[in-house]
Amino acid sequence: MPHIIVENLVKTFQIAQRQPGVWGALRGVMHRNYRQITALDGISFTIEPGELIGYIGPNGAGKSTTVKVLSGILVPDSGRCEILGRVPWKERIAHVAQIGVVFGQRTQLWWDLPVIESFDLLRDIYRVDHHQYAQTRDEMIAILNLESLLDIPVRQLSLGQRMRCDLAAALIHRPSILFLDEPTIGLDVVSKLAVRDFIKRLNQERDVTVILTTHDMDDIEALCTRVMVIGQGQILSDGPLENLRARVTTERRLIVDLEGTEDITDPDASVVLRDGHRVHLTFDPDRVATADLIARITAQHPVRDLFVENTPIEEIISRLYAENR
Amino acid sequence: MPKIANRTSSLAIKSYIAVFSARFRTLLQYRAAAFAGFGTQLFWGLLRVMIFEAFYRSSTAPQPMTVDEVVTYIWLGQAFLVLIPLRADPDVRDMVRSGNVVYELVRPANLYFFWYSRAIAQRTAPGVFRALPMFITASLFFNLQMPPNIPATCTWLVSMLFAVLISAAITNLLNISLLWTISGEGISYLVFGLTWIFSGIIIPLPFFPDWAQATINILPFRYIMDIPFRFYLGHIPPEQIWYHLPFQIAYLIALITTGHLILTRGIHRLVAQGG
Amino acid sequence: MTNALRLYMHYLSQSIRSQMQYRASFIMLSFGHFLVTGIEFLAIASLFARFKHIQGWALPEVAFLYGLINISFAFADAASRGFDIFGTMVKSGDFDRLLLRPRSTALQLAGHELTLRRIGRLVQGLIVFSWASYTLDIAWSVPKIYLVFIAIFGGACLFIGLMIIQATIAFWTTESLELMNTMTYGGVETAQYPLPIYRTYFRKFFTYIVPLACVNYLPSLAILERGDPLGFPVVLQWVAPLICIIFLIVALQIWKIGVRHYRSTGS
Repeated sequence: MPHIIVENLVKTFQIAQRQPGVWGALRGVMHRNYRQITALDGISFTIEPGELIGYIGPNGAGKSTTVKVLSGILVPDSGRCEILGRVPWKERIAHVAQIGVVFGQRTQLWWDLPVIESFDLLRDIYRVDHHQYAQTRDEMIAILNLESLLDIPVRQLSLGQRMRCDLAAALIHRPSILFLDEPTIGLDVVSKLAVRDFIKRLNQERDVTVILTTHDMDDIEALCTRVMVIGQGQILSDGPLENLRARVTTERRLIVDLEGTEDITDPDASVVLRDGHRVHLTFDPDRVATADLIARITAQHPVRDLFVENTPIEEIISRLYAENR
Repeated sequence: MPKIANRTSSLAIKSYIAVFSARFRTLLQYRAAAFAGFGTQLFWGLLRVMIFEAFYRSSTAPQPMTVDEVVTYIWLGQAFLVLIPLRADPDVRDMVRSGNVVYELVRPANLYFFWYSRAIAQRTAPGVFRALPMFITASLFFNLQMPPNIPATCTWLVSMLFAVLISAAITNLLNISLLWTISGEGISYLVFGLTWIFSGIIIPLPFFPDWAQATINILPFRYIMDIPFRFYLGHIPPEQIWYHLPFQIAYLIALITTGHLILTRGIHRLVAQGG
Repeated sequence: MTNALRLYMHYLSQSIRSQMQYRASFIMLSFGHFLVTGIEFLAIASLFARFKHIQGWALPEVAFLYGLINISFAFADAASRGFDIFGTMVKSGDFDRLLLRPRSTALQLAGHELTLRRIGRLVQGLIVFSWASYTLDIAWSVPKIYLVFIAIFGGACLFIGLMIIQATIAFWTTESLELMNTMTYGGVETAQYPLPIYRTYFRKFFTYIVPLACVNYLPSLAILERGDPLGFPVVLQWVAPLICIIFLIVALQIWKIGVRHYRSTGS
């Protein structure tokens, strides 16, 4: 049975509009115009236990509205949503006891308290049994390497340290679903890798369903088996990363480092970028086999090095949006 | 040389005016705040008027002001409540908290006057929605009387102008005190408390005991409300403006100079700490 | 219920611990509160020096009203900090975090902070109250002591209820809640003087809509053994403060409506 079922979710907001200038401000005092914004325009999907899903889209596309509905904060206008057999907004308390949420830009820890005290408070908030709490806490401390941070007030932690502590905090009550909103934003490379590694382990070893919203495409490539793309309140694409690639474009990229700086011309490939000795070519693997293309180019030009890449995911996404505009 | 100096200073003044008008416009947008402010001031005015009327009903002893004067004084206080430097500029507070205040240092303008322009806007913008409607309402329905004569009106207006400038200078001191995060909060509260009591908003200053008058008279806070209001009432003779005006100007200069000095030290400290 | 109470105690002990990290600020602000409220009382005293009494109530009797209402307000003010800063929580999105936890939002907000620096007002209120009781030479008895306690408790409930309603309004407009300050701070100032001095509509408002008279004026009549020109039944003087518990319950129901609104509009 799926962990999450979403059918035709719709949510609109009313936004007050302000008029420009002093006169506009004065008039705004008397009368205000409202504009309707459709944040979710009928989205549907199901998520099976243990999936690790990347949920991506530009700001204002409806990402955070979806997460708010799924986590029980927001009541949608219409549509169905069932998570672990419950309607999130109807049984908020029972529902949120089963999920964990981490916001990259905000901490849920108590600013002035040592980390360990925040964990203790969360134990009481989530009514976690003391024995189970001690066990989970110690595991988290070991995996996330928090031992040395426990007695430090949260306000003194670095962003990377805080994120590790926040991850542990979100798991104190052993949720079966975890929502991560930009968990790697602003982190240094080492912390980023540590966070990714932890998410992967959590998903594989404990079978926690993870829904990850992010702007960092490296997160997606490193972690997600399935990617959902949202734009203007609709799901534009849903499936494995390769399918998304294939749907938008089958093209690949061939990057060649030449000995000289001459031009490359080939009937099956086109140059998209030149940078000194380096040439970026795109080609369609359905029209020409990669091996043939490489053979032809190396035959015609003295080549230092060459490699094949998939189209960067950013580019795929931006094309997808362009298509749906 | 003088020409260039002249141009840069007029550019600087232009930038302060721009800051002022941007802030002024933003503050006009707080529609609910304007309505709420009106209601709040109406409440406080009515409450204080009722208390004083009850006192006057209970005693026939001679008082420093007549009941009509007190009523007008109270309504003026409510109409111009915004002159009380209630708190520091919330934007400055956020800047200091987030550490973004260091970016303020790269502006090609004097930071003190930059913030001061904002503070003046903070003290005047609400006037449009608060002072004027309150003034009109109180004069129509609640016995707020007009000044007795033209000299009283003129001296009132002059001292009001300086009241705004002094109030904004105190607000700016609150802004600057935020650079010391921990003590700033305490200082803000104390300054607010002192202004609250010694400006005349809780009771007209002449009602304080005679032995306290000497202390009250040396504090700058009475120039925010009490002195202008008593010029309005004719309670202080108009020719006394030549006595009070130099004091107002002196206080203004002193407050601005102090603010400047503290700000310089605060920035020094900030830079020395490396943000 | 006991579980909620335990969590609340846990919140409070952590809140106290957090505040103790800023001891200098705490001492300064408490002292500031003490000083400002103290001078405010001196302002009242100076009016009595000039007018002698206000409709038959002299300074010590007014000081009794003053002490009583300020003590209850100090408690309420300290306990409801979470509701006080609630507007900024909605604006910044931090309120969402509370909705993500399996507890009632009201409980979590109540546990947000116990503001210790309100002790400044509390101490000042206690001093004025003690001075008044001493000067008035009150004949204390068990029922009178009981009445003081339920008056303070009822007053705290009333003010917390008002602050909850004030916070609820922030779901609709986060811009300013100044108007509600007239009920809290304004209520305190109103209750510092005997109710009969006010005009009828004002009196009725603070009796029947915001039952301020129930926690301060009516119990004080019983304790000071004064006649009531307003003619409320005497029994009311002894039970009125309990009405404010109902007020708090109603406020909590209004709060729930606010949360429901927030969850459907997402503000």
